[in-house]
Amino acid sequence: MAKIGVVTFPGSLDERDAQRAIRLAGAEPVALWHGDHDLQGVDAIVLPGGFSYGDYLRCGAIAAQSPLMAEVISAANAGTPVLGICNGFQMLVEAHLLPGGLIRNDHGNFIRRDQSLLVENPDTAWTNEFAKGEEIVIPLKNGEGGYIADAATLERLEGEGRVVFRYKGVNPNGSLRDIAGITNERGNVVGLMPHPEHAVEPGFGPNTRVRMRSGVDGLRFFTSALHALQAV
Amino acid sequence: MPTIVVEVMPKAELLDPQGKAIAGALARTGRGEFQVRQGKRFELTVPGDELTQELLDRVREIAADILSNSVIEDVVGVHVVGRETPAGV
Repeated sequence: MAKIGVVTFPGSLDERDAQRAIRLAGAEPVALWHGDHDLQGVDAIVLPGGFSYGDYLRCGAIAAQSPLMAEVISAANAGTPVLGICNGFQMLVEAHLLPGGLIRNDHGNFIRRDQSLLVENPDTAWTNEFAKGEEIVIPLKNGEGGYIADAATLERLEGEGRVVFRYKGVNPNGSLRDIAGITNERGNVVGLMPHPEHAVEPGFGPNTRVRMRSGVDGLRFFTSALHALQAV
Repeated sequence: MPTIVVEVMPKAELLDPQGKAIAGALARTGRGEFQVRQGKRFELTVPGDELTQELLDRVREIAADILSNSVIEDVVGVHVVGRETPAGV
């Protein structure tokens, strides 16, 4: 069975949800600790949401300097699938695994909503079970989710198809070009602000037209990783 | 014990929601003539008495590497408290 590690940092919040999502997707979750140097032989890695180090300095900045992140960066550069969710996305940009940055929401408020996203790139390790142009709904909850990058970086991301998700309907945080998630050149590292791990189980996900809390669009992030690992 | 100050500001072209909120509070209290941008000041203190070029270079490296993120912020000042910062810093 494929093993997917979830790294806990001081101030992480959603690592248990991520572990549960991995289990529901049919893989074995492995709890990893930021202070270790050991990835315990996992096949893929999730950097979960939360407020590592209380968002001190900049969101994700101190976590990006942690001992295990050095191993995560090596693994990512060697092709291991890495998913950064919310604070995990902030860590990925602070660790320079993904370009750009995330700043305080333009309206200044923390926001939590069930968010529609447009799948722009279904060819990454974490999105291969989606269709291009598909609309999905997963929860979003952040205070500093405004994606920014300079014009050249934005052009490169667009030109190379590295915008993976765009906000649909509402841009909840002022992200440039409605960008909700991006990937690296190789497509193994994906970061996004919304939370797929909170939409994996009927009864606990976002509302859908069919039934309250029945949304499970997030599950396919994790089954995509399994699919990608089988393809290797 | 030299203390070296590093000042970091959000990039001028980017929205600064914190500064905007402060300016809003000023406007509500009759002081609306100001625009505000909020940045950060770091104080790095090292033991010893010597202030070398090497030490200042090290601080500049830390300022660029960790204390700021060049995508969203600029290091706008590196100076030594109570002394004239040597040239080239």
